[in-house]
Amino acid sequence: MGRGHRPSHRRRGHEGSPSHSFGDRVLVLPGEELPGHGLKPGPGTYRVGGRIYASVLGLLSPRPPLVQVVPLSGRYIPKPRDVVIGTVTDVQGTFWLLDIGAPRWAPLHMTGTPWKIEVGETDRYLRVGESVVVQVENLDPTGRIGVTMNGEGLGKLEGGTIVSLSPARIPRVVGRGGSMIQTIIQRTGAQIAVGQNGRVWVGGSPEAIERVREALRIIAEGAQHRGLTERVDSYLRATASGDEVGPQEPPTETAHRDAPGPTYVSPPPADRDVEPEIEDEEPVDPDLE
Amino acid sequence: MSEEVTAEILTTHILDLASSGKRLDGRGPDDYRPTVVEPGFVATADGSALARIGDTVVVGGIKLEPGKPFPDTPNAGVLTTNAELVPLSSPTFEPGPPQPGAIEVSRVVDRAIRAAETIDLTRLCVTPGEKTWVCYVDLHVIDHGGNLIDTALLAALGALTHATVPAKRFGIAEADYPLEILHYPVECTFVRLGDSIVVDPTFDEERAAQGRLTVATDEAGRVVAMQKGLVGAFSPDDVRTVVDRAFRHGDRLRALARGGGG
Amino acid sequence: MGNVGAKDVPVLLSPEGLRIDGRRVDELRPIKIQAGALKHADGSAFVEWGANKVMAAVYGPREVHPRHLQQNTKAVIQCKYNMAAFSVDERKRPGLDRRSQEISKVIAEALESVVFVEEFPRTSIDVYIEVLQANAGTRCAGIVAASVALADAGIPMVDLLPAVAVGKAGGALVLDLKKEEDNFGEADLPMALVPQSGRLVLLQMEGHMTPAELSQALDMGVAGCRQIYERMKAALRERYAVEPAAEGSA
Repeated sequence: MGRGHRPSHRRRGHEGSPSHSFGDRVLVLPGEELPGHGLKPGPGTYRVGGRIYASVLGLLSPRPPLVQVVPLSGRYIPKPRDVVIGTVTDVQGTFWLLDIGAPRWAPLHMTGTPWKIEVGETDRYLRVGESVVVQVENLDPTGRIGVTMNGEGLGKLEGGTIVSLSPARIPRVVGRGGSMIQTIIQRTGAQIAVGQNGRVWVGGSPEAIERVREALRIIAEGAQHRGLTERVDSYLRATASGDEVGPQEPPTETAHRDAPGPTYVSPPPADRDVEPEIEDEEPVDPDLE
Repeated sequence: MSEEVTAEILTTHILDLASSGKRLDGRGPDDYRPTVVEPGFVATADGSALARIGDTVVVGGIKLEPGKPFPDTPNAGVLTTNAELVPLSSPTFEPGPPQPGAIEVSRVVDRAIRAAETIDLTRLCVTPGEKTWVCYVDLHVIDHGGNLIDTALLAALGALTHATVPAKRFGIAEADYPLEILHYPVECTFVRLGDSIVVDPTFDEERAAQGRLTVATDEAGRVVAMQKGLVGAFSPDDVRTVVDRAFRHGDRLRALARGGGG
Repeated sequence: MGNVGAKDVPVLLSPEGLRIDGRRVDELRPIKIQAGALKHADGSAFVEWGANKVMAAVYGPREVHPRHLQQNTKAVIQCKYNMAAFSVDERKRPGLDRRSQEISKVIAEALESVVFVEEFPRTSIDVYIEVLQANAGTRCAGIVAASVALADAGIPMVDLLPAVAVGKAGGALVLDLKKEEDNFGEADLPMALVPQSGRLVLLQMEGHMTPAELSQALDMGVAGCRQIYERMKAALRERYAVEPAAEGSA
């Protein structure tokens, strides 16, 4: 296939994200023709002639007037307003480079922090290996990912641990309307910050951290299966020690006076809850209704 | 390129857990991850094995070819060990010439095989000073989840144990025959995590480690090779304890390499 | 092809039209594909095809190293095809040779022909192919493994990329050469097909064929690729099995 014949492809992740009403759980593979009668090619698809094909492996998710495919694997693809957890990989005079699991490192400029920093002092605030909660602000066509640490729930992370999952699993970790993550928090008393990039920060007692880690493992391995909330809930009930009290202390502190407050990140509100496969509580299959 | 910077929060968490005798994956300080040796994985090799410790996978292959002995050892065969840490196996490996890490794995494995007198090199000699078997031990790391050295030697020993000398193919004898194995070395690697010393480190534990110590033992109760690696220190008592612990794991690992299976 | 005319040429085609391993002329060797075979790669696949064993891993899209290879408008696909020392009868010296470099280049170009590289400017998609056991057809097995690994890594692409070689052995066109047919046969024609468009993105040829034979060989190869395509899709479906909706609703 020569360059001239290459179909144009709809980028993933740059669409508005209205909430889903259903998911029909059809796995499609790159090159597979999609039922697109009267529909337009959305993210994860491309069109040749009058036909629409999948470009990624994922779940078919018609969202009229678009047909789209939600990926089930792969690196984190940033979207504006996503809250993500990053680790500093490099420190420059006026910015840091963060590994957020995306195709490119994300520069965090010193003006994107609540700290008053002189040029050249960046390494006094964040060093290589330290982790932060930031929000994706903008993406430019060259693939540059602009992030900020100014905002509620954003800041430097200290203590606890970080668990990495496939970004495609995060909607399951959050659950419909935040139900899953709230269950985990209530039953363990842990503090949790969920990054849309698949990284989850967990703070609290060692026991609480271990139980959250196990709950996340159950979610990661069972994300395509139903009944997940019950399975996680029954694991957490079985291991309950009676000291679950919900988040106690703010999970982070920073070394700087003018640092932001707690970095507990609330689960995204339901309308930002973008992926279609969150169907535990109300499995809906249009064909069966 | 070390693209994957390990989050300091994670290494700190690993160290905190270690201080109470715990590990990230729930193992105790003296537990190996599930370990499997599959002999005969590669049909084109004269002997081969795939060794798996947890999610670390190494394929070992033996090739025996006629060659010339070294001038200073005219009666001895030649043994060469080479480990390839190909970039397929880890986001942290780069393409290109062997990195120091690969060379260290090759040399530490080679030292254990050689020092344990795993094979009798004089038996590889065909015509003194002129013709001998050259035994190549090639180790291909295909998934790097930590503890490459132990996995690589298991793959090497599994491959050697099941190797055939291709004497007929090269017109040196009427028939092929099994490579004779005299001793069975295995290596056990430990890392220091704070005050705790744990066996069989994962990739993240190696990143958090304050020193690594590998001890090779054989079935005759000998210590045949050691290697201290990474930044960190061990006391003589630490070393003595680690040697005892290495012997306790040795027989089980040897049995896996010799018998295959899990 | 180098051994044509050698003394001990085996009989490549029986009077009954069967090949050295009993296959019909248009029959593939057994093929087994495992998607997601490695733990630490973004995507991976292990292909056992006849007596070939080939592992592929994909890392990326990620930052480009070395930096000067970075392209401002698209991802660069960097492919390294490598043979393990023990993968062939005569031990292969480790390291890059000219054959591996050429194969790496044509595979990278074939893959780039189907990947939507413009979606990830200034990044690298690194494709590593390790041949652990070789018995003719490793570049085709490598492409099959690599494209399943790309799909496993969530990389947007036009289609999967099945590949197979057609050859001429014992005077007949045969699909999917094994080692003896490759060594002693008269021609070798590896190709990779984009099923969605019906076009070829890898095509090499060595040996002797008439134009009419070549034409027929292309049809035979495309038909073979379509069979392999089904195996590739089955491997990915197995890896990403979705529980049927009916079970959850019951």
